[in-house]
Amino acid sequence: MTAALARSWRGWLFPVAVLAAAELWFAFNPILSDTLAPPSKIARDGLAMLFDGSLLKATGQTLVSAAAGLLIGMVAGTAAGFAIGLIRTAERTAAWVVELLRPIPSVALIPLALLTFGYGYRMEYSVVSWATFWPFLILTHNALRQIDVRLIEVSRLMGFGPLKRIWKIMLPAAAPRLFTALRLSVGLALVVAVTVEIAANPQGLGLGLMRSQEELQPGRMLAYLIWLGVLGWAINYFLLLFEIRLFAHRTPHGGSTAP
Amino acid sequence: MTAARNAIELKEVSLSFGSNQILTGIDMRVEPGEFICVIGASGSGKTTLLRMIAGLLTPTSGAVLLHGKPVRSPSRRVAVVFQDYGRALLPWRRAYANVSLPLEAGGMPASQRPARIRELLAKVGLGNHEDKFPGQLSGGMQQRLQIARALAQEPDTLLMDEPFGALDAMTRQTLQDEVLRLVSERKTTVFFVTHDIEEALYLGDRVVALDSNPGRVAYDIKVPLPRPRDQLTTREHPEFLRLRREMFEIMNKIHA
Repeated sequence: MTAALARSWRGWLFPVAVLAAAELWFAFNPILSDTLAPPSKIARDGLAMLFDGSLLKATGQTLVSAAAGLLIGMVAGTAAGFAIGLIRTAERTAAWVVELLRPIPSVALIPLALLTFGYGYRMEYSVVSWATFWPFLILTHNALRQIDVRLIEVSRLMGFGPLKRIWKIMLPAAAPRLFTALRLSVGLALVVAVTVEIAANPQGLGLGLMRSQEELQPGRMLAYLIWLGVLGWAINYFLLLFEIRLFAHRTPHGGSTAP
Repeated sequence: MTAARNAIELKEVSLSFGSNQILTGIDMRVEPGEFICVIGASGSGKTTLLRMIAGLLTPTSGAVLLHGKPVRSPSRRVAVVFQDYGRALLPWRRAYANVSLPLEAGGMPASQRPARIRELLAKVGLGNHEDKFPGQLSGGMQQRLQIARALAQEPDTLLMDEPFGALDAMTRQTLQDEVLRLVSERKTTVFFVTHDIEEALYLGDRVVALDSNPGRVAYDIKVPLPRPRDQLTTREHPEFLRLRREMFEIMNKIHA
C-alpha cells in the first residue's frame, strides 16, 4: 500500500502544490483570519495537541462512543434483520414501523437522548446505535434474500434444525454482505458521534472543534478536521484489509487478491 | 407384494405447477442396493423426480415411499449430490469442514469426527487437500468433495443429479469408477440422473428413460452387464453395444 502510494506520486503533486501555495500566500499576506491558518500553523497546533494529550483524549472519547453505538446497532440491527428475513409475519408487521421510523434523522434524536441520559457517553452512543441500526437491518434482510437456495436445500437435506441452520449456514453465507454493512456503518458512526458532540455533548473531537471555533483558533480547528480525515481513512483501510483476509478464499483460487 | 422391500417406490406420482404438468403417472420400484439410472432430455422432469424422492418437493398426487414409508421431508438416510458442486459446497469451509457438516448435523461427538472425516477424504482421493477451500480445488476435486460429504451421512440411498455433467471426459470416467467402487462397498441404493446414455448403461443395473411434456416413464430396461465394470471391456461388451443401440433408437423415437 505504501509502495503503491509512493508509485502514484502524481497523486501527491496537487495537494503538495496547494499546501505550498497556501503557505506562500500567508507569508506575503500576514492577515489575522478567524477561519484560515497557514499549513505550518495547523501542523504546529496539531502537534501541540498531540503532545499535551488533549487530542488523544478527545479521540478516545469519540471512538469509544462511536464503537459502543456501532456495536449495539450492529447486534440489534442484525438480529432484527434475521427476524424479518426469516419470519414472514415479522416482515409484514415490521414493514410499516420500519418505513415510519427509518426516515427520522438520527441527529434529530439528540434532544430526546439528552433528556433521557443527560451529558456523557450514554446519550452519544444511543444516537449512534440508532443511526447504525438501520443499515444493518436493511442489509441483513437483503443478504438473507440473496443466499443461494442450494445452500438452504443442503442444510435441509443434512437435517439441521433452525438454530444450527442460522448459525452454520445462513450467517456465514451472509457474512460478506454483513461486512459491507459494517464498513458503511463505521463511517456513519464516526459522523454521528462527532455531530452529537458538536451539537450537544461536551466531549470528544466534536467538542474540540467547537472550542477552537469559539476561541478563534482556526489552526487548531483545521488540525482537528485533518485528524478526523486521517482517522476515517485509517479505519476504513484496516477494515478493507480485514475483509480481504476474511473473504478472499471465497473467490475461485482465492488468496491472491492482496491489496 | 411387500412394498417395504423397496428402497424407493413411486406410486402414480404426478406433479404440476399451476396448469403446467411436469410429471404424470410415474410408477417405479427400486430395490435395496440397486443402481438405477434415469435418463431423459432436459425438461423431462428427471431432476424434479429426484427432488421429490429427496423430500424437497411434494407430489401433487401419488406417493413417494422410502423403505415403505412416505416421504414428507428430507431424511438423513438419503444423501444428494448435485451437479453444481460450486453452489452445493460451503465456500467458507475448507474441504475438511465441508465433510464435517453432516456429522455436525447428525450430532456426532467432536472427538469422533476427525478420524471419520480423514477416512472419507482419503477414500475420494482428497487426503492431501483437507485444508483447501472449495474455490481452490478443480471441478473434479470439488465433486469428489461433495461425494465425500454425501457419504459422511452414511446414507442408504444416494441421489445423484447429473453429478458429472460439468466435468471433462477423463475426470468423468475416473469418477464413474470411484462411485461404483464406493457404493458397492456399502451396498448403497443409487438413483442416478443423467442425460448421457452411455453413462447410464455403464453405471446402472437398470435404466429408466423418461419421455417429456409431461414427464412419464417411456422405457425401463435391465442392464445385465457383469460387475465390476471396466471402462474398456464393459464399453466393448457386445451386450453394451446392443443396449446402446437400442437406447439410442428409443430416445430418437421419443424425441421424434
